[in-house]
Amino acid sequence: MESESSRAVVRDSLGVGLAAGSFGVAFGVASAAAGLSTLQTMLLSLLAFTGGTQFAVISVVSSGGTLAAALGSGLLLGARNTLYGMRLAPLLRPRGVRRLVVAQGTIDETTAMAVVRRDPSLGRLAFWTTFAGCFVVWNTATAIGAVGARALGDPAKYGLDAVIPAAFLALLAPRLRAGAIERRIAVGAGVIALALIPFTPPGIPVLAACAALLLAGSR
Amino acid sequence: MNLWALVIATCAGCYALKLAGYLVPSRVLDQPRVRRLVELLPVALLVALIVVQGFGDGRHIHVDGARLAGFGVGAFAVWRRAPFLLVVVAAALTAALIRLA
Repeated sequence: MESESSRAVVRDSLGVGLAAGSFGVAFGVASAAAGLSTLQTMLLSLLAFTGGTQFAVISVVSSGGTLAAALGSGLLLGARNTLYGMRLAPLLRPRGVRRLVVAQGTIDETTAMAVVRRDPSLGRLAFWTTFAGCFVVWNTATAIGAVGARALGDPAKYGLDAVIPAAFLALLAPRLRAGAIERRIAVGAGVIALALIPFTPPGIPVLAACAALLLAGSR
Repeated sequence: MNLWALVIATCAGCYALKLAGYLVPSRVLDQPRVRRLVELLPVALLVALIVVQGFGDGRHIHVDGARLAGFGVGAFAVWRRAPFLLVVVAAALTAALIRLA
């Protein structure tokens, strides 16, 4: 199979890394618009290094939510990386200090690229090349976005406030296409969030929307 | 809000969650129910984030026509499976042009 040669694995992995570029620029721009400094924005990309969470945190900040609400929704979104680690552990078998490095690279993209390989050594190659590609591109792109947004001035003038919800939808779309339960949860979560906006402090509607997961167990 | 505290807590929390996957014995967390719950969480969170970002302004329901139109064009691009870059550029450009008019 062509996709199982190491050259093809490297090519596909680096392609995934490059795709993170436009998302990284969007994050840098949105983070600057939410009021984070360039240093804070770049630290998030370097150290948190998990796109959905980073977007969630700055989004709650920009809507005026509390620290706890921003952190809560961010960490709930980041919890899937724990599951990825459990799936990758038997493949990568990291020991000692290596484990600390592998952990940082445990994200959507690296897991997706690594677990589909039948040959374990190609799986490991996919993990490391995707990790390297994403890390370099994501952080460079974040810096470009954050610095660029600051140079532009008022973010709303350039329509940058419409970027955050559009980016969330792009992340959400593959999950909505996955099944009816996902769509049911989506509708439930949307209704809960909308209903709570007038009655709770900003940020709470997002956390409360997780109650829509109860719809998953109803059938 | 103390943004520095948030940034540091987010970075530490995200790293701890990643590392936990390699430290916690898998039988503790690797149960179908837990796995399904964690897989579905992003759906609820992302939808709620879209709603709050699109229709909320603090504690008020607020509809910004330009932002909503930008989001709508972005949503159309997502539906047509456009690349991410096109989605965000289309959304921003639409909102910007409407505000210009």
